[in-house]
Amino acid sequence: MDIRKIKKLIELVEESGINELEISEGEESVRISRGGSVVASAPVVQAAPVAAAPVAAPVATAPAEAAAPALSGHIVRSPMVGTFYASASPDAPAFVEAGQHVNAGDTLCIVEAMKMMNQIEADKSGVIKEILVQNEDAIEFDQPLFIIE
Amino acid sequence: MLDKVVIANRGEIALRILRACKELGIKTVAVHSTADKNLKHVLLADETICIGKAPAMESYLNIPSIITAAEVTNAVAIHPGYGFLAENADFAEQVEQSGFAFIGPKAESIRIMGDKVAAIQAMKSAGVPCVPGSDGPLTDDDELNKAHAKRIGYPVIVKAAGGGGGRGMRVVRNEEELIDSINLTKKEAGAFFKNEMVYMEKFLENPRHVEIQIVADGQGGAIHLGERDCSMQRRHQKVVEEAPAPGITPEMRAKIGERCCNACIEINYRGAGTFEFLYENGEFYFIEMNTRIQVEHPVTEMITGIDLIKEQLRVAAGLPLSCTQDDIKISGHSIECRINAEDPRTFIPSPGKITRFHPPGGLGVRWDSHIYADYSVPPHYDSMIGKLITWGDNRDVAIARMRNALSELVIDGIKTNITLHQDILDDQGFVNGGANIHYLEHKLAELE
Repeated sequence: MDIRKIKKLIELVEESGINELEISEGEESVRISRGGSVVASAPVVQAAPVAAAPVAAPVATAPAEAAAPALSGHIVRSPMVGTFYASASPDAPAFVEAGQHVNAGDTLCIVEAMKMMNQIEADKSGVIKEILVQNEDAIEFDQPLFIIE
Repeated sequence: MLDKVVIANRGEIALRILRACKELGIKTVAVHSTADKNLKHVLLADETICIGKAPAMESYLNIPSIITAAEVTNAVAIHPGYGFLAENADFAEQVEQSGFAFIGPKAESIRIMGDKVAAIQAMKSAGVPCVPGSDGPLTDDDELNKAHAKRIGYPVIVKAAGGGGGRGMRVVRNEEELIDSINLTKKEAGAFFKNEMVYMEKFLENPRHVEIQIVADGQGGAIHLGERDCSMQRRHQKVVEEAPAPGITPEMRAKIGERCCNACIEINYRGAGTFEFLYENGEFYFIEMNTRIQVEHPVTEMITGIDLIKEQLRVAAGLPLSCTQDDIKISGHSIECRINAEDPRTFIPSPGKITRFHPPGGLGVRWDSHIYADYSVPPHYDSMIGKLITWGDNRDVAIARMRNALSELVIDGIKTNITLHQDILDDQGFVNGGANIHYLEHKLAELE
């Protein structure tokens, strides 16, 4: 989704008095709402290019981030950079599924960094509301992985 | 050419590296701390990875995090910029052992040049002129140390072997103070650099700081790109730099340049590097070598037309340099002012939000910076927020352009040292050229 399209959409919202406008194109979508921020959601892997960046804008305001829509609930974030694995080995079942109850200390997943497997544990008991990443995704520091309720 | 590079740095140098990568069609991965999500180069990079929290120890100095970021993005090389891990031999080693190219010299070169005693010994055997000194570390033998100082002649300076960049050094003016000074410096060295080794050198009273830029191709060849004069310093930190150095003739340049190139070849150096000298009464005295790209590299680029970052990337890709020594021609004069987010009188850092920003422009004006209107300068890192560089046919034109550019540059919302630079560019001592490394501090002391 290129920046010209997004600019046009912003103009549309401003001129028309619409409060919120969301457009999807394939796997990408843009939601523009009055109140200022442009939110572009990219495919889950954080490594997607930030299309909404004010590349040439001389009066650049705080640039939009490729952030997911606001998350609610207790978020388990990655403490390191690495690769996400949902199970202990390729043919093993996943550590947890959505809807599953977990206790504090249970292993939720593995993040692999420099050939070392690091088990990420639940820091709170509850039910896995959502798993935000997929097996073998590249993960960055602080990236939200699970929501526990 | 390299396929994808991790830029393991931040601020203006990260943007500089990103620009060179884009020109060469290299994909870019910006690794950044949680405080740096809105850095200009992060917003422009092809891929971004948050590698840790704001404190440098947790992010820009976090070796496993940075190497893992290279792994998960399938990068082929890592550019360390300057500062942070750029001269960390362990990092260079781990990068290469993990299967990536380190855009810089081999770990061994970094190690040798990082040990200031070993560096001097290496330079001596390569024929590079050095400051008269103890020719090795100082022992606990007080009588021997006194004899060294007597031979060298007071005043002498005691320096930490593991230090550098102006840290861990003490001037001694007479024999009575010598032994205590040595012991104090040893203690400090142990505390700061975890290495108590110290050595002694003649202290030059009024030298200038003149350094030589080289690039070695990693295949037995090296060229020099002339010198820079970085004598305008405060507390050993450079404030204004220029190229060429006033008063250096082409013959002198060729002679010292050739010595440095030979030294590079002898130590199997690879990539960009700088030989730093104290220059007094027509003589060069080697003090240290910086095994990385330097902050002030733009002034050399302006007078030679060579893109030094692209040369670094070429060397890392195993390609030959883009030119030969004969192709290097010095043209005109260039000056650089380091723009810092700090109070221009007290030098206290001034982080915060930039509310209004307007860069200067025009022929011969170059602005290397990552800032933009509404960008917030974080408090966790050093205060340099941009470099203003000018070029002119001669030094007078470069000065005139810098004065104009400084008056056009607007950075509101935080304090900056723009007015300090305006004072320096108006100062007769600076305008005359050839001021020594104490000049700026004397001037600042007078202003108080």
